[in-house]
Amino acid sequence: MTEAMVQIVDVVLLVLLAITGIAVIRTRNLFVAVMLAGIYSLVSAGLFVVMDAVDVAFTEAAVGAGISTVLLLCTLALVGYKESKPQHTPILPLFVVIVTGGALVYGTAEIPPFGEADNPAHQNVAAHYIHDSEDEIGHIPNVVTSVLASYRGYDTMGETAVIFTAMVGVLLLLSRGPLPKRVYHAGHWHKVKRGVTREDLIAEMEDEEVHDSTVVGGEDEDG
Amino acid sequence: MDDRVILRVGTKVLSPFILLFALYVQFHGDYGPGGGFQAGVIFAAVFVLYALVFGLERAMEVMPAKVAYACGALGVALYLGVGYLSMFRGGEFLNYSYLFDPEHDPTHGQHYGIIGVELGVLVTVFGVMVALFYAFAGRRRIDT
Repeated sequence: MTEAMVQIVDVVLLVLLAITGIAVIRTRNLFVAVMLAGIYSLVSAGLFVVMDAVDVAFTEAAVGAGISTVLLLCTLALVGYKESKPQHTPILPLFVVIVTGGALVYGTAEIPPFGEADNPAHQNVAAHYIHDSEDEIGHIPNVVTSVLASYRGYDTMGETAVIFTAMVGVLLLLSRGPLPKRVYHAGHWHKVKRGVTREDLIAEMEDEEVHDSTVVGGEDEDG
Repeated sequence: MDDRVILRVGTKVLSPFILLFALYVQFHGDYGPGGGFQAGVIFAAVFVLYALVFGLERAMEVMPAKVAYACGALGVALYLGVGYLSMFRGGEFLNYSYLFDPEHDPTHGQHYGIIGVELGVLVTVFGVMVALFYAFAGRRRIDT
């Protein structure tokens, strides 16, 4: 690809990114917002490919556009897809966002040009990885894998532990663990029999509620 | 069971190929983009797809939630195991060069060490992604 073509692709992708971002903010339909967020991730993945960060692009496409979209849809199935009208005026958030964005854009002036060989990022260990990983790690053409799994094995171990911790956290908050041995309902404790599912139990309780109220009604008649 | 024949047949036809692609991503990570994380997500995506088309209960018969939880922990254990193994072989923690005779050829150990830890990442990511999906999809909407 020539330089001009790269720039055209860059501009097209960035414009798409901006359009999807604004559309996510403007829509009040959360289903639409989730779908647009998926598209946003996919376009970002495209940008990463253009910047030669294929491993990152791969992850972004699989996690951002794939799994997280599904998880968000699952959440929407629980909470509904309509967003209520905001209760505050957006002036203060807008001010904060503009100031922060302005600071970030100002900061980019100091960032070294993209892909230059004498950038600070390429001065320290990167040269060593590219030059010596063949001898130290063996014939692994994708240096990213050598760095990720061997040179930076500690970091990847930490990341794996973080993912595991995320699972533990979500399960603690969301999962429906095993049923308790007994449940308190309508004034007394019920033993939960083995092999009873949660749905059976709920149905049983509802039945009993109806049953109880008729009994109470009967007593009233007697009295 | 619904009558969306194309979805059901398409899912069944595609699933083995997606699993195979996940393995390709896993083992081709040395040569191109990919690795344990991406492969784990793709692996999990098969079961998410299955659950979306055939329902959560049938998916949980294919891949029980307990197995997914176990995978999530097992992968981390595998990763740590490779690290400790290289310690017991005389090197530092996670220094794979010592997995095999380092005097002879340290890259040999590096090669297998990387395969080992990438497998650990794959197993953890797969288990966690499936577990997260089950946790989200398994809840009912509570109407107040």
